[in-house]
Amino acid sequence: MTAISEVLIAALLLIGALLSVIAAFGVIRLPDVYTRNHAASKSATLGVMCILLATFFYFLVEDGLFSSRLLLGIAFFFITAPVAGHLISRAAYNSGVKMWDQSVRDDLKDKNR
Amino acid sequence: MKTNDVIFQTVAKVVFFMIIFFAVHLFFAGHYYPGGGFVGGLLTSGAIVLLLLAFDMKTVRRGFPVDFKWLIGLGLLFSAGTAAGSLIFNVPFFTHAYDYFQLPLFGKTSLHTAMLFDLGVYLVVIGVTMTIIQTIGESE
Repeated sequence: MTAISEVLIAALLLIGALLSVIAAFGVIRLPDVYTRNHAASKSATLGVMCILLATFFYFLVEDGLFSSRLLLGIAFFFITAPVAGHLISRAAYNSGVKMWDQSVRDDLKDKNR
Repeated sequence: MKTNDVIFQTVAKVVFFMIIFFAVHLFFAGHYYPGGGFVGGLLTSGAIVLLLLAFDMKTVRRGFPVDFKWLIGLGLLFSAGTAAGSLIFNVPFFTHAYDYFQLPLFGKTSLHTAMLFDLGVYLVVIGVTMTIIQTIGESE
């Protein structure tokens, strides 16, 4: 395992963990369900993808193992996580969850009801 | 209120095939790696449940025009038949056999009768899961 790949893998792992922590902070700090969902679905997706990519590179360099299911997992997560966020947000909006009282724009207000 | 499910339905169509292929991979890899009939069957029925969530029950039934209760019987037949097939060759019940074959596309492959038993498990798991879910989903 060369120094370059070590640094690359460690950096990817740390970036992924950091992004996941930022997502968790966003879920705690942000005011309403839509902004929380925004934080959770975006940065957690990228964080998990970074960690999976680091795992893929680790096994590729260390064992020479080309783990295609990790690549498939990255693609799968990239496709599904934003859609899950979209569905949760839409379910919240359709069941009448209030926005933050300082939000200024609601394009769906007179379209959906 | 009529909801517009176009994002979910489009993604479900794509993801369905990814799950199905992964389930088939798990099923065939079961002899040498983690996986096998049970996980493969659960993942297959999970893919069908995803379609059930994205579309309605009638559409999915049109896509899979099988009565899932028949799959249970078919799977049990496969498993019991594989186990009983050893009796023909005058060896104890459940004795499995394997050999190496030169297949045209795969090269040297070991084919094992435990595979057929696993296929039975796979079919039974799909049948049981889908029967449970469809029965619960249909009751008013």
